[in-house]
Amino acid sequence: MPAYIRPRTLSEALAALRDDPGLRVVAGGTDVYPSLGDGVLRTAMLDLSALPLRGIVRDDGGGWQIGALTTWSEIARAPLPPALHGLQQAAREVGALQIQNAGTIAGNIVNASPAADGTVALLALDAQVVIEGSAPRVVALADFVLGPRRVALAAGELVSAIRIPDPGPAVSGFSKLGSRRYLVISIAMVAAVLRLEGGRIAHAGIAVGACSPVARRLPALEARLIGAPLAAVADLLRDGDMAGLTPISDVRASASYRAEAVPVMLARLLARLAGEI
Amino acid sequence: MKDAAQGIEFSLDGRLVASCATPQSRLSDALRGLGAEGVKSGCDAGDCGACTVLLDAQPVCACLVPLGRAAGASIETVAALACDEVPDALQAAFLRHGAAQCGICTPGMLMAATALLRATPQPTRAEAELALAGVLCRCTGYAAILDAVCAAHQHLPAPTAPVAGKAVGAGVQRLDGLPKVLGTDAFGADLWPEGTLLVRLIRSPYPHAAFAFGAAADWAAAQGLVLLRAADIPGRNLHGVIPPLADQPVFAERIARFRGEAVAALVGQRDYLAALDLAEFPVTWTELPAAMTPAAAITADAPQLHDHRPGNLLVRGRVAKGDPTAALAGAAVTVEGQFQTGFVEHGYIEPEAGYAIRKGDRIEIRACTQAPQMDREDIAKIMDLPESAIRILPCATGGGFGSKLDLSVQPYIALAAWVTGQPCGMIWSRADSMAASTKRHPGQMSLRIGADANGQLVGMEFDGIFNTGAYASWGPTVANRVPVHASGPYLIPNYRAETQAIHTHCPPSGAFRGFGVPQSAFAQESLFDMLADRLKMDRLEFRILNALRVGDPTVTGQRFTQGVGIRACLTALRPRWQAARAEAAAFNAAHGALRRGVGVAGMWYGCGNTSLPNPSTIRAGITPAGQLVLHQGAVDIGQGSNTVIAQIFADALGLPLAQVTLIGADTDLTPDAGKTSASRQTFVTGAAAFRSGRALRAGILRRLNTGEDAVLRLTPGQLAAGDAVLDLRGLAVDEFGYVLRAEESYDPPTTPLDPDGQGNPYASYGWGAHLAEIEVDLQLGTLRVLHLTCAHDVGRAINPVLLAGQIAGGSAQGLGMALMEEFIPGRTENLHDYLIPTIGDMPAITPILIEDPDIHGPYGAKGIGEQVLIPTAPAILNALADACGARLSRLPATPDRIRAALQARA
Repeated sequence: MPAYIRPRTLSEALAALRDDPGLRVVAGGTDVYPSLGDGVLRTAMLDLSALPLRGIVRDDGGGWQIGALTTWSEIARAPLPPALHGLQQAAREVGALQIQNAGTIAGNIVNASPAADGTVALLALDAQVVIEGSAPRVVALADFVLGPRRVALAAGELVSAIRIPDPGPAVSGFSKLGSRRYLVISIAMVAAVLRLEGGRIAHAGIAVGACSPVARRLPALEARLIGAPLAAVADLLRDGDMAGLTPISDVRASASYRAEAVPVMLARLLARLAGEI
Repeated sequence: MKDAAQGIEFSLDGRLVASCATPQSRLSDALRGLGAEGVKSGCDAGDCGACTVLLDAQPVCACLVPLGRAAGASIETVAALACDEVPDALQAAFLRHGAAQCGICTPGMLMAATALLRATPQPTRAEAELALAGVLCRCTGYAAILDAVCAAHQHLPAPTAPVAGKAVGAGVQRLDGLPKVLGTDAFGADLWPEGTLLVRLIRSPYPHAAFAFGAAADWAAAQGLVLLRAADIPGRNLHGVIPPLADQPVFAERIARFRGEAVAALVGQRDYLAALDLAEFPVTWTELPAAMTPAAAITADAPQLHDHRPGNLLVRGRVAKGDPTAALAGAAVTVEGQFQTGFVEHGYIEPEAGYAIRKGDRIEIRACTQAPQMDREDIAKIMDLPESAIRILPCATGGGFGSKLDLSVQPYIALAAWVTGQPCGMIWSRADSMAASTKRHPGQMSLRIGADANGQLVGMEFDGIFNTGAYASWGPTVANRVPVHASGPYLIPNYRAETQAIHTHCPPSGAFRGFGVPQSAFAQESLFDMLADRLKMDRLEFRILNALRVGDPTVTGQRFTQGVGIRACLTALRPRWQAARAEAAAFNAAHGALRRGVGVAGMWYGCGNTSLPNPSTIRAGITPAGQLVLHQGAVDIGQGSNTVIAQIFADALGLPLAQVTLIGADTDLTPDAGKTSASRQTFVTGAAAFRSGRALRAGILRRLNTGEDAVLRLTPGQLAAGDAVLDLRGLAVDEFGYVLRAEESYDPPTTPLDPDGQGNPYASYGWGAHLAEIEVDLQLGTLRVLHLTCAHDVGRAINPVLLAGQIAGGSAQGLGMALMEEFIPGRTENLHDYLIPTIGDMPAITPILIEDPDIHGPYGAKGIGEQVLIPTAPAILNALADACGARLSRLPATPDRIRAALQARA
C-alpha cells in the first residue's frame, strides 16, 4: 500500500520528504486529485493539511505573511486593506466555493498552471515565496514559477508562506475573463496594484495571466504610470506594453483574441481603480 | 495518526465511524464505501460539485479530499438533513418547486445550500447563486433550485393532493421526488449487492488503431482477474439502436474505430481492480490514419470505416416538394448561408453505471437507461439468450437527454455476470463517459430561402452533412428528421432538404434532445432574420405571417385539421418583443461598449418516431385488498413521466392520484412503454395510460352497474359509487394478482414517407418560440443572456410545475449549445475544458404555456422534452445580431468568435 503521511509539524514534513522524495505533496488537493484520475490509490502522498501554516499576519516591516495552507476562502473573508483587495477578488474567482474552501495559496502557486488566478494577483504585489528545506530561503514569486507545472523548488523543499512586502497605501484589483460565469479556467486575467503619492502614481504593479507560460508583469506600462495623475491611468496603455506576452490558441480562445482582450481588461481595471480612490 | 488497522475515525452525519479504506482514497469514495451513497460522484475532479459534503461545516468537493484528512473531523452528507425520512425545510422546498429532476445533483445542491442557510437563513438570489455556483445541474436550468433555496425559510406546506378528476393540470409534486431529495434514490452506482465484482474496460487511446493482445490472458490470470474479449461473447458481437443497421461491436476486433472504444474487459474484486493501473495491460496499438471530419472521410483515399458503406456514407435523407429552384429564381428576395455546429456532449451528471446478476439461466441488469425494451432485445442477441431470459430493471437515471438510449455498461456487466456467476458492476469515469458516449451530430449546412415582395416564403433549399461518428447509432434518425423539420414551423410551398450522415473516426453521434433539429433550426432561423431584414419587415411579424395554420400543408404534405399552435406561440411573444426592443434601444442609446439586443426563433418538433410504429402499453389493476396499481414502463430520467403518466391515468379512471401505487419500469413487470425519447412519453404513453384508465373505469362501472358520470370510491377491499358497492375480496384473482385489470396500447397514426419524403410522419407536433434578450460587450465579445421568454404549445399542461422545469432545463442546454459547448475528441473529455452552463449563466426564464389541444394526445397534451431546447440557440444568436450586427454562422458563439465576427463587420 503506498504511503500516506500527514505530519503535524513542518520538521516532520521535511523529514518525510527527505526520506522519500517521491512523495506527492498535497496541500488543498484541488489540483492534485483531478490530475490523478484513477491513480489516487497508487500514489504515495505527503498531505500537508495538518501543518500549522494557515493565517494572514502583518509582519514588523508592514508587509504581510500568508501561511502556505491558507485557503482562498480565508483570504477572501479576511479584513484586509485595499492594497490586497485584488488578491481577495482573485480568491473569489478560484473555481467556486467548494474549491476556495480547500484550495490553498501555496498550492495555487506550486501547481504552476499558466491560468492560476492567485499567482497573477500575487505577482502584481511583488510577492515572495518562503521556502523551507535544508537551506531556508525566500524567492521572488517572479523567479519561483519557471514554466507550466515547473517551479524553483528543490527536492526536499516545501513552501511555508507567501510574503507580500508592504504595499503602502495602495489600491488593487483583479479581473478575470472566461467563457462562463463560475468554475471556469481563465482565458486571461489581469491584476493591478497602484500606490499614490500627492495625487500621482508612485508605484504600479501590473500582471497578466494565461497569456504566457508564466504570468507576466508589464514593466513598460508600470514605468509609464509612475508620476502620472490618477485620472489618466487608463489612457496610458500602449501597444508595445504587451510585447512580453505570448498568448496561445487553445480550446478557450484564440491567441489573437487574448492579445486584444488584455489591453481592454487592463484599461477597464485601471479606470475602475482610479474611480475607487 | 491512528493505527491504519483501526481505520480512520470521524463523525459522519452525527455518528462516529471508522473507514478502513486507504487514507489517500477520495473522501467521496470512502464515504460511499461506508454506505453514505447520498454522496454522488460526477467527475472526480471538482468540476461538478455532486459530491459536495460539509467538512467541519464547510462545503467541499469530497472527491478532492483525502480520506486521511477526515480524521477527527465532522462530515455531513445529505443523510444528515431529514429526520426519519421527513424532509427538512430545504428538502421540502426542493420538492415543492420541482428543484430535483433526475436527482443526481440534488444531494450536492442541498449540502451547498445548507451551508448557506445556516449562515444566512433568508438569502438573496445573488447570495444563493454564489453559494450554489460550484454545483452543476444539467436538468433544471437552476431556476427552480434558486427558488427553492430562497423560499426554504418560509416553511410552506406541500400543495394539497388533487381530488379525483383534478390531477391533470395540477402542479403536483413529483411522485418519485422524496427519495431524490433524501439522497436515497438508487442510481447506477448505488446499492450494489455485497461482493459485486468490478468490470473495467481497456479502451483505444487512438481514434483509429489496429491492436494485438500480448499475453493478456496470462496477465489477467496472474492478477486473479477474468479477461473478456470479443471471442467470449456467446451471441453476436454487435449492437445498435436501429436493429437492421446494428454495427457497433461490444468489443472491437482487430481495429478500433474511435478513441475510447472498448477492446477488452477485466473482471475482479472491486477494491483490487479499482486500484490497478490498466496501462500495464498487454496490448499493442498501431495508430492508423483517422478521418475526423466528413470532409476528410469523403475523400477518395479516406480510410473506410465499414466495408459495406462505401464513401463512409451511412445514410441520406430527403424531403422534396414543388420546384424550389424555380421558386427561388422567381423570389423577390433570397438569402443564403453556410452554418456549422460542433459535437455537443450530453453532460448528464451521472456517468453511466449499473450492475448485473445472473439468476440461473436469466440475467438481471440494473443500470441507467432510457430504453429498457431495446436494451433487452440487444442484450438477448449479444448473450444468445431469449429475450425472456433478460430482465432490465432501470435504476434511477441521472440524466440522459438521448445518450442513455444506446447501450453503455449493459453488455459488459451482463457478460461478466454470466461468466462469473457473481454480481458484476461497472461505473464509467467522466473521461470514459465523455470519450465513449454518443454526441450531438456536428452539422455543416447550406441553405437558400426566398420570399415574395409581401414577405411570403416561396421556397427553400437545404443541404446538410452530419458527422455521424464511427457507428450508426441514431445517425439515420437525424438524417431523416432534419429534412422533415428544416423548414421550421412555416408554410414553404417549394422545398428541398437533403442530408447525409457520414462516418468518421469520432465517437458515435446519436440522439440528443432534438435529433438534429436544433442544428437546422439555428441555420434556418438565422436566415429568417436576414430575410426579414431584407424585406424591411419586423422579424417577429415575418414569422407570424409565415407560420403554419390549420389546413396548411407542411413540407411533407401533411395537413392538420387541428392542433397547430405556432401562431399562438409567436403571437404570445409580441408584447415582450415590443417592450424588450424598446428597452434595448433605450439602453443602447446610453451605453458604449455594452449593447443589448432581442432575438426570436420558432420551432416545431414531431412527437414520436418518424413514420414508424411507436406503441406504448400501460397496465393497471386493482388487488383484492383495494390497492390500485399502475404499471408505468416509461423510464423517468428526470423529465417526470412517473408523475405525468399517473396524473393522466388517475383522472381517466376517476380516482384520486394519491391512491395510485406506481410500479416503475421493469421489463418483467411493466409492459413496453417504448423508449424515453422523441418527446413521446407524455404524448404516446400518456395516451395509453388514458386508455387504460378509461378501460379500467368501464370495467368497474359495468360491475357496479352505474352510469358514466359515477363518482368512484376505493376503500380497503371495496369499490363503490353512490350506493353501489363492489366487494373486491370476493372477485377472482388473475395471473397478475388483480381482480380488475386493464391493459391498453396506443400507437400514434402516421404514414410512411415516399422517396420525396411526402407523407404524415407524425400524428402531432409540438410548437414553440423563444425570445432572447442579451447584452454583448463589444470590446471583449462576451455575451450575457438577460432574459428568455419561452412560449410553448403543450396542448394541455398536465403538470405546469414539471413543464416549467422542462422549459428552464431545455433552455439551459440550448444556451450552452449557443455560447460555450463544443466537444473535441481527445481534448475536452472533462467538465473543465468542456463547459456547460453554471447557475450564474442562466437568465430569468418566463414560460408561456399555450394550450391548443391535440386530438391524439391525452387530454390534448403534446410532447415538450425536445421542443424546449430547439429555439433557444437561434434566438440568442439572433439577439446578438440585433445588438451589434455580428451574425455568427458557427456555434458555439464563444467570446473570441463573437469578437472576430465584430471585427469582420468593422
